[in-house]
Amino acid sequence: MADDDLVFKALADPTRRFLLDLLFARDGRTLTELESGLEMSRFGVMKHLRVLEEAGLVVTRRSGREKLHFLNPVPIRLIHDRWIGKYTERQASALADLKAELESTDE
Amino acid sequence: MSDDDTTVQVYRVYIKAPAHTIWDAITKPEWTARYGYGGLSEYDPRSGGGYVGRANAGMIAHGAPEVAADGEVIEFDPPRKLVQTFRLLMDPSLAAEGFTRLTYEITESPGGVCALTVVHDVTGAPGMAALMRGDFDATGAGGGWAWTLSGLKTLLETGKEMAS
Repeated sequence: MADDDLVFKALADPTRRFLLDLLFARDGRTLTELESGLEMSRFGVMKHLRVLEEAGLVVTRRSGREKLHFLNPVPIRLIHDRWIGKYTERQASALADLKAELESTDE
Repeated sequence: MSDDDTTVQVYRVYIKAPAHTIWDAITKPEWTARYGYGGLSEYDPRSGGGYVGRANAGMIAHGAPEVAADGEVIEFDPPRKLVQTFRLLMDPSLAAEGFTRLTYEITESPGGVCALTVVHDVTGAPGMAALMRGDFDATGAGGGWAWTLSGLKTLLETGKEMAS
């Protein structure tokens, strides 16, 4: 599966998005910490984390005896730079022009 | 915005390029000028050697000091691992936060693809943490590490600079 497909597939699940939100709020958590925020078995959380890790959205690092999970925003940035930027640029610049025009007529 | 107790940021990008090319793109000014913030990185390639990130012409035009970042090399092991201290001198509040610890790791995998992992320990440097997380992207201050690494990937895979 292509990299982008893995990212979209990983993001297409509310539990996995919630896990990313948990890591966004506080990064570098253990499985036990992440599990406590969810009504789900440890095995279920591990499965979701594996999908996120395969998509590159979560990177794990060992710290002593603990395995810490970090949110890696780079794959989302790559999709932004490859797709979103391309389609929003025109709209965004039109809005910026409108804003500049409205603000200049205020004076 | 994340909690203040987050002190380590981890980023990983997969790049279809040889490890030594990625290493050069991190450690040589002719490469570092072409992605991310576009500063000119210079390393004294030994443990204890100096690191200097010089401002480019555009940054100086915006009031940046000639030396925009500095630090010390802790480990210089091409093309696998670079550990250094890192401080930004772009403005007095960032300079006052002092040195952070920055690690680059390059690992090769089959198929000519390398994983580049950046671990940035920003303990005690909330301004640096916010900047590198991309909190000021919308104000034109760049999107931090994710944006920098996206630009690096584009440059190495296409030979062209990512449009800003």
